[in-house]
Amino acid sequence: MIEVRDLKKSFGSLTILDGISFRIEKGESVVIIGRSGGGKSVLLKHLIGLLKPDSGQVLIEGQDIVPMNERQLLKVRHRFGMLFQSAALFDSMTVAKNVGFAFRRDRSMPETEIAGKVARILEMVDLPGTEMKNPAELSGGMRKRVGLARAIIYQPEIVLYDEPTTGLDPIVSDSIDKLILRVRDRLDVTTVVVTHDMRSARRLGQRILMLHERKIYAAGTPDEIFQSKDPVVRQFIDGVSDPKEYLS
Amino acid sequence: MKSWSNHLLAEPLEGLGRITLLARESIASLLTFKVAWRDLLYQIYFVGVKSQSVVLVTGAFTGMVLGAQTYFQFHKVKMDTATLAVVSVSMCSELGPVLTGLMVAGRVGAAIAAELGTMRVTEQIDALRTLATHPVDYLVVPRLMALHITLPLLTAEAIAVGIGAGYLVGVYLLGIDPTYSWYNMLRYTATTDVVVGITKAFIFGGIVALIGCYKGLYCGEGAQGVGRATTEAVVYSSIAILISNFFLTMTLGKLLHTL
Ligand SMILES: Nc1ncnc2c1ncn2[C@@H]1O[C@H](COP(=O)(O)OP(=O)(O)OP(=O)(O)O)[C@@H](O)[C@H]1O
Ligand SMILES: [Mg+2]
Repeated sequence: MIEVRDLKKSFGSLTILDGISFRIEKGESVVIIGRSGGGKSVLLKHLIGLLKPDSGQVLIEGQDIVPMNERQLLKVRHRFGMLFQSAALFDSMTVAKNVGFAFRRDRSMPETEIAGKVARILEMVDLPGTEMKNPAELSGGMRKRVGLARAIIYQPEIVLYDEPTTGLDPIVSDSIDKLILRVRDRLDVTTVVVTHDMRSARRLGQRILMLHERKIYAAGTPDEIFQSKDPVVRQFIDGVSDPKEYLS
Repeated sequence: MKSWSNHLLAEPLEGLGRITLLARESIASLLTFKVAWRDLLYQIYFVGVKSQSVVLVTGAFTGMVLGAQTYFQFHKVKMDTATLAVVSVSMCSELGPVLTGLMVAGRVGAAIAAELGTMRVTEQIDALRTLATHPVDYLVVPRLMALHITLPLLTAEAIAVGIGAGYLVGVYLLGIDPTYSWYNMLRYTATTDVVVGITKAFIFGGIVALIGCYKGLYCGEGAQGVGRATTEAVVYSSIAILISNFFLTMTLGKLLHTL
């Protein structure tokens, strides 16, 4: 479904990704973990063509999207939904307009039907009745959930989540995790989640990729990763800032 | 040395190239894309209705000062009744479109650059793209069309107001003969003057929209980037209006007079 081959990306003299390769099957859910500033968001943006790599390929169902122009990419992106780390809500529109954006652009669906779908999805992300609010009136966590609703409302085949539960309280985090699983299982959606939350990583991932020092450092099932003896992986999983603590 | 030549040559050339691509993309989008009427209507409202005070003040005071100054000079050679003709011709073909264009560049061009720039730095443009929407279709085309439609109308308004104000100043404050003035004005103002002015306004509208959108879409990071984009949008579109105005005067004048 998604295949990345030898992806390289630098910003100026700063190399962010240096030869990333992996494959994600249809219907699979993959969690990407890694240090802050390690390039996880940058990697995610390459999968949907928002950024162009310096070299390498990104194949979506065998089709390389790297050489495509913006118009060709738009067709591919119909199959994608993406939740941004910053939520990236349109701040000139209400919550309802944000969430229903994709349908309204399509112009095939009557307004009442859109409103119904919007209300239902807002219920699912635990924000019922917020349709007429402006993004500026929402808390950070609420914005994130509106962004999530906007990304999954049109039932895309592939959903990319950039830190879906960061900044949410544990109870809402749990419900968002469950929602992501429900979306995945109901429609056989291919899911890529970037997260720092080890509990969600364990629950959401059928496979975990760890990005470290510009490469995929480790890959495996959650059990393999969580039982890994590798010091770099261990340090990340256990959340230890100073490796010497292991010695004492 | 390298950065010097970079700054002086490469950057403006790159900008020019990108604006050309943006214009081409917009035309392609216009030809295939079903116009989002609501957005277009809102932009027309924003550009047209909200610029009224600026355009009225600019038109009126330009016409007034032009009338007074022309009269002071012409009075010396006893050509008082030609005053209004001068006001009319210069308002129609030069001052109307240029001053309206500059005012709209300051108001609307800045607003476009700031809005699109903020959308860029807050990833809203990226979000738009993930929702399978081309920023040119959704953001650039409605603004471009709105300015193409509205700036000629605003210019016509400024011209009319300017001539009216010049007339009032000339006749009621300076005591020029109204009948002869009116007659001379109609006699010396040709249709081509009006056509030239409105054509210029149409082109200036495109300049303001494209430069504003370009500066916004390619805005630098952070609040500073947005601030810079806004300033540059105003400065560059003003300069582009002034420079292109000269070439338009030359070519349109030649073109229309040979017809
Ligand atoms: N558009 C850009 N221009 C220049 N540098 C960039 C750009 N986008 C990202 N970077 C740099 O790339 C690096 C990786 O950024 P990225 O946002 O992918 O990190 P991340 O792994 O998502 O971190 P976090 O977990 O904090 O979100 C950072 O050093 C950042 O400064
Ligand atoms: Mg990130």
